[in-house]
Amino acid sequence: MLRYALGRIAGLIPTLLVIITVSFLILRLAPGGPFDQEQALAPAVRANLERLYGLDQPLPVQYARYLAALLHGDFGASLRERDFTVSELIRQGLPVSATLGVAALLLAILAGIPAGIAAALAQGRAADYGLTALSALGLALPSFVVGPALALAFGLTLHWLPVAGWEGGQWRYLLLPAVTLALPVAAALTRLTRASLLEVLRSGYVRSARARGLGVMRVLWRHALPPALLPVASYLGPAVAFIVTGSLVVETVFGLPGTGRYLVQGAIDRDYPLVMGMIVVYAVLTLAMNLLVDLVHGWLDPGVRHG
Amino acid sequence: MGEASVAPARGLWSDARRRLQGHAAARVALVLLCLIGALALAGPRFSPWGFESLDWRHLAQPPGPTAAHWLGTDRLGRDLFVRTLYGLRLSLLVSVAASLVSLAIGLAYGAIAGFAGGRTDAVMMRCVDVLYSLPYLFIVIILTALLRRDSLAVLLLALGAVGWLTTARIVRGQTVSLKRREFIEAARALGLGAPAILVRHVVPNLLGPLIVYATLTIPQMILFESFLSFLGLGVQEPQASLGNLIYVGAQEMQSAPWMLIVPGALLVLLLLCLNLLGDGLREALDPREH
Repeated sequence: MLRYALGRIAGLIPTLLVIITVSFLILRLAPGGPFDQEQALAPAVRANLERLYGLDQPLPVQYARYLAALLHGDFGASLRERDFTVSELIRQGLPVSATLGVAALLLAILAGIPAGIAAALAQGRAADYGLTALSALGLALPSFVVGPALALAFGLTLHWLPVAGWEGGQWRYLLLPAVTLALPVAAALTRLTRASLLEVLRSGYVRSARARGLGVMRVLWRHALPPALLPVASYLGPAVAFIVTGSLVVETVFGLPGTGRYLVQGAIDRDYPLVMGMIVVYAVLTLAMNLLVDLVHGWLDPGVRHG
Repeated sequence: MGEASVAPARGLWSDARRRLQGHAAARVALVLLCLIGALALAGPRFSPWGFESLDWRHLAQPPGPTAAHWLGTDRLGRDLFVRTLYGLRLSLLVSVAASLVSLAIGLAYGAIAGFAGGRTDAVMMRCVDVLYSLPYLFIVIILTALLRRDSLAVLLLALGAVGWLTTARIVRGQTVSLKRREFIEAARALGLGAPAILVRHVVPNLLGPLIVYATLTIPQMILFESFLSFLGLGVQEPQASLGNLIYVGAQEMQSAPWMLIVPGALLVLLLLCLNLLGDGLREALDPREH
């Protein structure tokens, strides 16, 4: 198991390097530069700025310098937010985005998996149809429609909850964004859990466990759920990627001071170090999540780690 | 799964039609989709307003059956009924075109990898695996932000680049199982080269599963197009797409909620119908189910 885990971790390093290289190339080969503004800078000023940030060097030299700095945990200085380093900007925004993301993921798991189990157990009855219809609706509701709609209903009309802001992550401010972000993931989890559990419930060993006189609940907990949740666990990788992307929109809708705005605005402004920093952070996050899913699989299913 | 999926095309389709008839939700979705499509095509003709024409006497007018503008107007006095239908048209057009782009890339990539086999296959599919594990949407978002934002070609390319990975995997799997079949052997024995076999014998047999997958790709593309337009990276004003209409509507929702509700409801209805139809088709055609 340890060997399998170490092998998988070692495999991440080339992947990360590929991500960094490709994004670096895409960013640099795109037309435009960070100092193209409405009023053109004097050539001498521009040359000085470029020298200050090392942008006057050939591209391979810049790439090598970036990698070397990155190894020391240095993301460089933001080209637009002049007084901040990229690390400072990320340190400000990431706790907000991470709180939102974790809250949304927990909400989705706590709502989606029990709903899927309930639907599977009630197969063919009204509760099943209701939950299946709800999850189909949840999958068709994009966050940029749900977010404003929730804000309109609970914020502007009912005045129960604030429409925007963060205020240090109080739950009143967190609730609407987290629900918006969690909804499609919860819907997908409901569907997945229902389908997977139904398949397991049809299998021979569950039937024979029931035939031996074991109670429904005991069979469910001890025999049916663990294998049924395997495909659900592997959905967590894509779910995290989905939440990370979705939070770009949700942070915009609810005016949260997270890291989402850095990515889009940074790319428009050609703030190379900021965009690269964001990509590295999110790439590490996504890869770590995928690794976690793989390790859980290897732990639950010996075939994976020896296969 | 390979054996059943390469059944003759006619058998597959009549089989699918028979099965879809037992699928009430998918049939309702299909009817609704036809209505939405007809509305997108013909709807703007029934209104005297153009999608860019300004009506200074009715600024930010709420909707009403007797009002001059059935679904209201925006802050500039543009008719929301007409703008939403134009947005729908553009969203449909962009997403269908982007689906075709991604299916074409995925088809070519997957068929070549599967047919070549051996090391070429391993390297090509390993690339797909690596791309899968990337925060891939991020790179696409960055790409659209970096390149010209008013260009539909960039948007199509970006959307197409998102979708092809899964297509490539599906196509490769199908190709590998097709490759061992007798008629491919026969074609090879007749002296046909690999490119000719691919084009004449492999690709036509891949179209069935591909069309099923396409019905699931189109709603994803609509969603992603609207997502990019909402972030200000997709379709730009004064052009309307469902995404940027919703974006403007979200900003005006306090004073003019209908500007959010009209395009938002249409988008949700469209996605719901496409998802239901896609699920129905997949269940009807998926060779694993029977």
